[in-house]
Amino acid sequence: MNQTPYKLVIGLEVHVQLSTRTKLFCGCPTAFGASPNTQTCPVCLGHPGALPVMNEQAIALAIRTGLALNCEIASVTKWDRKSYFYPDLPKGYQISQFDQPICGPGYLDFADPENEGETLRVRLIRAHLEEDAGKSMHDEGAGKADSQIDLNRTGTPLLEIVSEPDLNSPEAAKAYLIELRLLLTYLGVSDCNMQEGSLRADANVNLHIAQGDTTVATPIVEVKNLNSFRAVERALTYESQRQYSQWQKDGRDITQAPKQTRGWDDAAGVTVAQREKEESSDYRYFPDPDLVPLHIEPRQLEAARQALGDLPAALRERLRYAGLKEYDANVIVSQGRSMVDYFEQAVASGAPAKRVSSWIQQDVMRTLNEQEISIEEFSISALQLAELLQAIEKGDIDNSRGKDVFQYCLQHPEADLDSAKAALGIEAVDQGELEALCRELLAENPKIVAQVKEGNVKGLGALIGAARKKNPNADPKQVRELCHQLILADA
Amino acid sequence: MPITSSQVRKVAQLARLELTEDEVQLVSDQLASIVTFVDQLGEVATDGVEPMAHPLDIHTVVRPDTEVPGLSREQALSNSPNHNDECFLVPPVMAR
Ligand SMILES: [Zn+2]
Repeated sequence: MNQTPYKLVIGLEVHVQLSTRTKLFCGCPTAFGASPNTQTCPVCLGHPGALPVMNEQAIALAIRTGLALNCEIASVTKWDRKSYFYPDLPKGYQISQFDQPICGPGYLDFADPENEGETLRVRLIRAHLEEDAGKSMHDEGAGKADSQIDLNRTGTPLLEIVSEPDLNSPEAAKAYLIELRLLLTYLGVSDCNMQEGSLRADANVNLHIAQGDTTVATPIVEVKNLNSFRAVERALTYESQRQYSQWQKDGRDITQAPKQTRGWDDAAGVTVAQREKEESSDYRYFPDPDLVPLHIEPRQLEAARQALGDLPAALRERLRYAGLKEYDANVIVSQGRSMVDYFEQAVASGAPAKRVSSWIQQDVMRTLNEQEISIEEFSISALQLAELLQAIEKGDIDNSRGKDVFQYCLQHPEADLDSAKAALGIEAVDQGELEALCRELLAENPKIVAQVKEGNVKGLGALIGAARKKNPNADPKQVRELCHQLILADA
Repeated sequence: MPITSSQVRKVAQLARLELTEDEVQLVSDQLASIVTFVDQLGEVATDGVEPMAHPLDIHTVVRPDTEVPGLSREQALSNSPNHNDECFLVPPVMAR
């Protein structure tokens, strides 16, 4: 961590859009990108007399998430109205959860980005369900034209995950969010698409500044509009510096200024004070009389716990047990469950774990990128890759010819290892052939031979290139060793 | 229980109601009488009684996650005082 004259204190509120087909309290679809105001009904438009009914899938997804975040799940939870006026909130209140959230205290552990091998823990205060608001489109120019309101999103289920202020650097905040998103993706509870707003973060930030024996806390600022991991990191870095220079200027502490809301302006790279809504904190929560409480039975919880499946932390552990380094295990787990399955299948078929990991991270992932496909659509099966890597491991094929086979198999999905080898003219080079080849090379390169005799072995690399031109099946490692031996024997 | 005019103004502001001075006085008296009426509830001994979230003795009323046909856009916009056939239109609001 950078040496700063203060301790940065960050808590995050993360809004996750749950992957239900329909909204939280009505049967309107939640699909993103539909034409404005084509996914509404009297319930989500807030028409008088329309009554909300809970979506059981939203509740199931919230429970699933809560369990994975080590939260206490409420046995009884209820709905409250949070009242405020905004044009994209047609009822004049948002249905949310105030004092009995569905998920109580929990935590999430993640790798410390600043200290390798260390783990950080963020304690979670709660996670509650609420309905999303609609979308307002403001006049970008003079601000005089009417604002346009699209209510398609109104009523979409959100889970708001609120952390304790346990994060102490922009890097840690970003790492927590990345781990949270990975977990949610594994759980299948959200698509977590930040561009489409499926994962949105607000941060509460202040500084603890050491002053002799005491610590001064600066006023808390809520930073909104953090729409990418990069934005989170940049905004928090900016905001901590801004608060420090502000404090140096006016010396005001947390008791002398109210909590302020600032928006992150990504283009300008600054946080901008937002106009304070009058009485903004007075939401007058009260239980929603339109909705009855929700009881969650122990056997429902137990079933949800059984169905959680393997989560990223456990899979990383498993991959490390298979022989991978922490970094490599993390890269593969971060690619998603299907990549982990691919890795494990290849290893189960007999290929060495480290070699599989390195081929996945280089050749496989590069190909997926180039072809813009997922591992499920990848044409080389885990079994095929395993067969190839076993042949390389045994020394039947050298690594670089192995890459040729890989490319060949990409272009010929029906090919097996033997037919690929035949098509590429890959065959074993016997010892006599190899020695003849090396002697030929040495005769053609007296300069390199002289250098090697003087102890400068760099030139051997050039011999390998030349050898492969003469015979592409010559194993570079063997060529190098044999040439070296022959020169030394000759000296 | 007396209700002050500043309390009335605050509540009116939260509800986006504009009250004249006369109305503030009128509402103060009306609110005071209803609050006094409700205050009688405070006289009931409620120690050990679970707070009730709903008067009906039912819970966990849910629906399956299946689509139900909603309104057409034309229908959705039809009650609006102002729209452009695609979106509801409201007087300009500051960005949130
Ligand atoms: Zn609806």
